[in-house]
Amino acid sequence: MSAKESRRLKVEGRGIPLPGDDIDTDRIIPARYLREITFEALGKYAFYDERFDEKGVEMPYPRSDKRERAHPLNDARYKGGAILIVGRNFGCGSSREHAPQSLMRMGITALIGESFAEIFSGNCTALGLPAARVSHEDGRAISEMVEADPRAVVSMDLDAASITISGRRFSFVMPDSDRRSLLTGEWDTTSVLLSNEKSIRAAAVRIPYVNGFHS
Amino acid sequence: MGRSLLDKVWDLHKVGTLPSGQDQLFIGLHLIHEVTSPQAFQALVDRGLKVMFPGRTFATVDHIVPTDDQRRPFADEQAEAMMQAIERNTKEHGIRFFGLGTEEQGIVHIIGPELGLTQPGMTIACGDSHTSTHGALGSLAFGIGTSQIRDILATQTLSLVRPKVRRIDVSGVLAPGVSAKDLIIRIISDLGVNGGIGFAYEYAGSAIASLPMEARLTLCNMSIEAGARAGYVNPDEITFSYLRGRKFVPQGAEFEKALTFWKGIASDSDARYDDVFKLDGSSIEPMVAWGINPGQAVGVTRHLPRVSEAKPEDQDALRKAYDHTGFAEGSPLQGLQVDVAFVGSCTNGRISDLREAARVVKGKKVSARVKALAVPGSRSVARQAKSEGLDEVFRAAGFQWREAGCSMCLAMNPDKLTDRQVCASSSNRNFIGRQGSPKGRTLLMSPAMVAAAALAGEVVDVRRSAPGGAEGMGAR
Repeated sequence: MSAKESRRLKVEGRGIPLPGDDIDTDRIIPARYLREITFEALGKYAFYDERFDEKGVEMPYPRSDKRERAHPLNDARYKGGAILIVGRNFGCGSSREHAPQSLMRMGITALIGESFAEIFSGNCTALGLPAARVSHEDGRAISEMVEADPRAVVSMDLDAASITISGRRFSFVMPDSDRRSLLTGEWDTTSVLLSNEKSIRAAAVRIPYVNGFHS
Repeated sequence: MGRSLLDKVWDLHKVGTLPSGQDQLFIGLHLIHEVTSPQAFQALVDRGLKVMFPGRTFATVDHIVPTDDQRRPFADEQAEAMMQAIERNTKEHGIRFFGLGTEEQGIVHIIGPELGLTQPGMTIACGDSHTSTHGALGSLAFGIGTSQIRDILATQTLSLVRPKVRRIDVSGVLAPGVSAKDLIIRIISDLGVNGGIGFAYEYAGSAIASLPMEARLTLCNMSIEAGARAGYVNPDEITFSYLRGRKFVPQGAEFEKALTFWKGIASDSDARYDDVFKLDGSSIEPMVAWGINPGQAVGVTRHLPRVSEAKPEDQDALRKAYDHTGFAEGSPLQGLQVDVAFVGSCTNGRISDLREAARVVKGKKVSARVKALAVPGSRSVARQAKSEGLDEVFRAAGFQWREAGCSMCLAMNPDKLTDRQVCASSSNRNFIGRQGSPKGRTLLMSPAMVAAAALAGEVVDVRRSAPGGAEGMGAR
């Protein structure tokens, strides 16, 4: 994929509101589903323990208000949704890239949340998945708009750092470097890093413990 | 204005600034394990790239390793495939591998320091969030995802944003019976599981200065549970004497050169910090993280919090915690029944942890309703424990004594909770489903507290139940 093809200027799709704070990567993908040597099949395991029982049958999702309904990812109203709307500190815990991989492979193309754990948001950027931060109030408003009209298109404009839904506009924040990488399509960093091979080898000569304390 | 250790290590390893605005940082030590690396090797091969500095990556196996029957092929075909992948990848790319059957094998965050691979002033990365552990020796160490493992294999560098530094200043000394585990759970509970986002935590103050090295490893290990990707302690005499003579530590004249470098890397006394948090170490009691994240914790003499009395922004997560655990708001922590007890993990699977737990259970019997596991963090820890007779102490008390691995911390191997079991665990995460049962419940605590809970079959205050009381317990 060329840098041009991997540019993320605008990401659009229907929303999926996923309420709750501090949702960790063990919940996003339980560790026992990491026992595969490729990421290919991970899409089916996203939030597995909250969506399916031991027999693989879909379960009701107990909510904090005690009402039970399908997990948002099982909810027919949100089928085909691509923009996941989450709460505070989403993706905390384990560094497993399997977490954003499983979301991406089930069709998620961007995340909107109050905040993201650091390793998780870095992993998202490395996969070309924008993780956009909005205020608590805006996050709630976007969720409510999606709940009211699940067919509404959520549109994320990376250049303008804004999100539009049903004619209402919200601004988001994201580390500048992440946004720039997504906009230029250079979020896959290997080739960028490798282009500085000379400087890398110079650093190896300069750092005392790397050069055997000879300098 | 002086510089912090983070400033010094960062500047030393900075290769340049990238077009994105992030810094390119040289990574001095790269550790890999079987779970997060195979996809990175595949990506490397797909692009026709080679490992740039194979001598700077070391590999071991820990997550999927069975701790009882380790005969190959493993009963779990997926685990066997992961094992074969790391054997093949390390061989093909010329990477040193501490596999099963080698005397060095163990949990990656146990063996790094133990072999002396981890040294002050280094940048260290590993595809595992508990890489923050290695900061205990005065290195800058953090967890990474698989795409970044690919970056390090190909370039020995990462693209990163420089974190801010929060100094966690712990005055006084920890009271008898209170360990580094209690200290870090208290810090997480005070600052929140997301309080450290964007920060590295520098642990300092008199209570830290007097901590032995293994306790510092426990402390830094759980930095990530506070949201801080890295945590460190400035290197001092405790660090240097810990390192001297270890397998990968320079010897002789080179050791003296290393020592000069290590001493110079510590934070200056007038270093600038982005934030400072102060805590009185003597005010801390044994802690138990009872909920669904490590910040939902209370002192052992306290009651579980009421949702209505919590901060508004914490109420949702607290409600979710009660939904999951089924515990009663406002009930005393002591007396919560325990079905499983687990001593081990990269947090508390070191020899000092096993000694503490063994001291509590020696000559006693595990409660009839409790299944108890003692799992050394490495082969080296296991050898040492056996030479001290600790394995026999555990077995005589009714514990199962296992081989080295991650075991019940994360249930990628056969050690798992079933159904709604409650586990007193010396590990690092009480997330829903973490220990292998979607309905299981995890109570995080120190190894001594786990041992006491194993005997009583319920949560108790180890300061009251341990032989000789709190005063008889080691300084940890």
